[in-house]
Amino acid sequence: MEYIIEVKNLVKEFKGFRAVDDISFYVKRGEVFGFLGPNGAGKSTTIKMLCTLLRPTSGSGRVAEHDIVEDPALVREHIGLVAEKIILYDRLTALENLMFFGSLYHLPKKEIADRAKKWLQTLEMGKWQDKPVGTFSTGMKQRVNIARALLTQPEVMFLDEPTLGLDPQTSRSIRDFIKDLHAHGVTVILTTHIMPEADELADTIAIIDHGKIIALNTPQNLKLSIQKENATLEDVFLQLTGRDMREETHNNVPSARGGHMFGGRSRIR
Amino acid sequence: MKKITQVFIDSYRMARKDLLDFFRDRMQLVFFIIMPIFMMIMTGFIFPTENSLKDIPLGIANQDTGQMSTTMTEVFAEMKTSDGDTIFSVQTYSDAAELKDAIKAQKINGGVFIAADFSRAVEQNQQASVTIIPDQSNPQIAQVLTQLLQQVIAGTSTNVAQAKVDEMIKLTAAANPQLAQVNAEAVIQPIQSAIDDLIPGKPNYFQFVAPGIMAMIVMMSVMTGLAVSVSREREAGTLDGLLIAPVSRLSIILGKAFSQTARGMIQGMVVLLLAILIFGVHVYGNWLIMILLLFLGVFAFMGIGILVSALASAQESAMTIMMTFQFPMMFLSGVFFPIQQMPQAMQYISKVIPLTYEATALRKVIVLGAGLSSVWTEVLILFIVGAAMLAIAVPTFRRVITR
Repeated sequence: MEYIIEVKNLVKEFKGFRAVDDISFYVKRGEVFGFLGPNGAGKSTTIKMLCTLLRPTSGSGRVAEHDIVEDPALVREHIGLVAEKIILYDRLTALENLMFFGSLYHLPKKEIADRAKKWLQTLEMGKWQDKPVGTFSTGMKQRVNIARALLTQPEVMFLDEPTLGLDPQTSRSIRDFIKDLHAHGVTVILTTHIMPEADELADTIAIIDHGKIIALNTPQNLKLSIQKENATLEDVFLQLTGRDMREETHNNVPSARGGHMFGGRSRIR
Repeated sequence: MKKITQVFIDSYRMARKDLLDFFRDRMQLVFFIIMPIFMMIMTGFIFPTENSLKDIPLGIANQDTGQMSTTMTEVFAEMKTSDGDTIFSVQTYSDAAELKDAIKAQKINGGVFIAADFSRAVEQNQQASVTIIPDQSNPQIAQVLTQLLQQVIAGTSTNVAQAKVDEMIKLTAAANPQLAQVNAEAVIQPIQSAIDDLIPGKPNYFQFVAPGIMAMIVMMSVMTGLAVSVSREREAGTLDGLLIAPVSRLSIILGKAFSQTARGMIQGMVVLLLAILIFGVHVYGNWLIMILLLFLGVFAFMGIGILVSALASAQESAMTIMMTFQFPMMFLSGVFFPIQQMPQAMQYISKVIPLTYEATALRKVIVLGAGLSSVWTEVLILFIVGAAMLAIAVPTFRRVITR
């Protein structure tokens, strides 16, 4: 199968508000897919649906050859997620965190331990492995967080703003790391607000606004598509999405109110 | 079968992680122990019992010069609690007005006035009287004090009566020989009451309140603990990490339930140990039955906890929802006050609160040494409530956790 992610007419509504409005796209196996868009455009909602954390209102999606609505459990075996919030327990040590999350994937204990130590070494966190995560800086936490996502050797990695709030050094090392993943054939779905980052890393870029994909192409073609000399991705982005700042609030969108609610028609087990 | 085993293995892992996380938080751990101590101390000491009253300032104005009134005032001064503490610290006043002034000034908590004609009235076979002046600003102490004073006065009165009846019998026995057989005591007090305790010794308030507090703490720990724990993970984002793992939703919630059960049981045991070691509570029943009851209590409240954790978006709202449930439960379930003392309407409400049955059953076992046969209705009710709540809560949780 050439495409590892297939999205057809995906819609997510929250009490009448369409966060994701009938989007379709395909992601090739092994590519880095940049997902750009202003705040509230629907990036995170789309990623959450693909990660089986949200039920689509309608439409379909397949990740690693499994349907996100029909077989969420199978999808989960093939994906890794680095979300906006760091998925680690502060009072557990780095190694304990990795051992715990690894155990949920039903891998042999020895295997998890070996992989955890290997990744912590690779991400230069080896000497901190027995310290509680709560004592780490944001950059250190994010490195352990990435190790957690990689522990299960996912085919698809969802990285939702992985360099948010990090210093240039850590950002750099995480970008290098994404390249490394790419080199090893892992498919990466990356959302970011840092345009040069997307330009540098992504093979394909989708720009989403008001829940719709308004552009989908290689960074190169996108830059050529606008009438400007030496156009940057930022120029493309601003031309396509306009210069208005997004101030509307959507009380019904879970990411906006930080909680959750009843909703969605289909059932995910 | 394999699937079910996997669910349990996964939930064990979740529970282990939760407990590890919990026991790392020193502050939380300290309050985990301190909270039940506070609860016990407060509820145990604020309600006055005869034992907890000592050195109550009592004013006595004795205008009489006779032997009898002197003896009586000496008895007041020498009264002791079962622990050997003096109950009254007696101060002397000259008349009733002075006593009342002293009460108004809160120098004494009650007064006894014996009029000058007291001994003479007794001698002349008239009815003598002693006046008790209670401090009405303090109804509870006033009640205990009045009761004690009346006992002493009644005792003295009986002694006088006995002496007088004896004398009467002696005087009339010559004329009527049958009377010589009569026992003076039987004339004065024809009926005696005897007390046959189920358990030895005097029950204290701790004995009453400890089983209730145990039940309540287990309930709070499970309900609040579960809801807060889930909403905390939701806020922190770690819940997403569990949800994207290939584990069943059931094992996530079961894991939470297991860790909260462990916490609830530990806290219940802490209360019990404190009750035994510090407050002198004695367990008369079977420990195994008691532990079974604690466990059932956890089971009964788990569903409510899961339901709230599914519905509450944030820790704060989880806490608020829980408080709304728990407050009426605390007061209406007979944990602190006997249900029988409540108005009828409230008694009906208390009948639908599961905590009532948990507290009642624990009290029966701990205080009265009841066996399974005496608590089986409570056991059945708790089990049905727990099963019904879980049957509603688990599917709700599974549905709601992924929108």
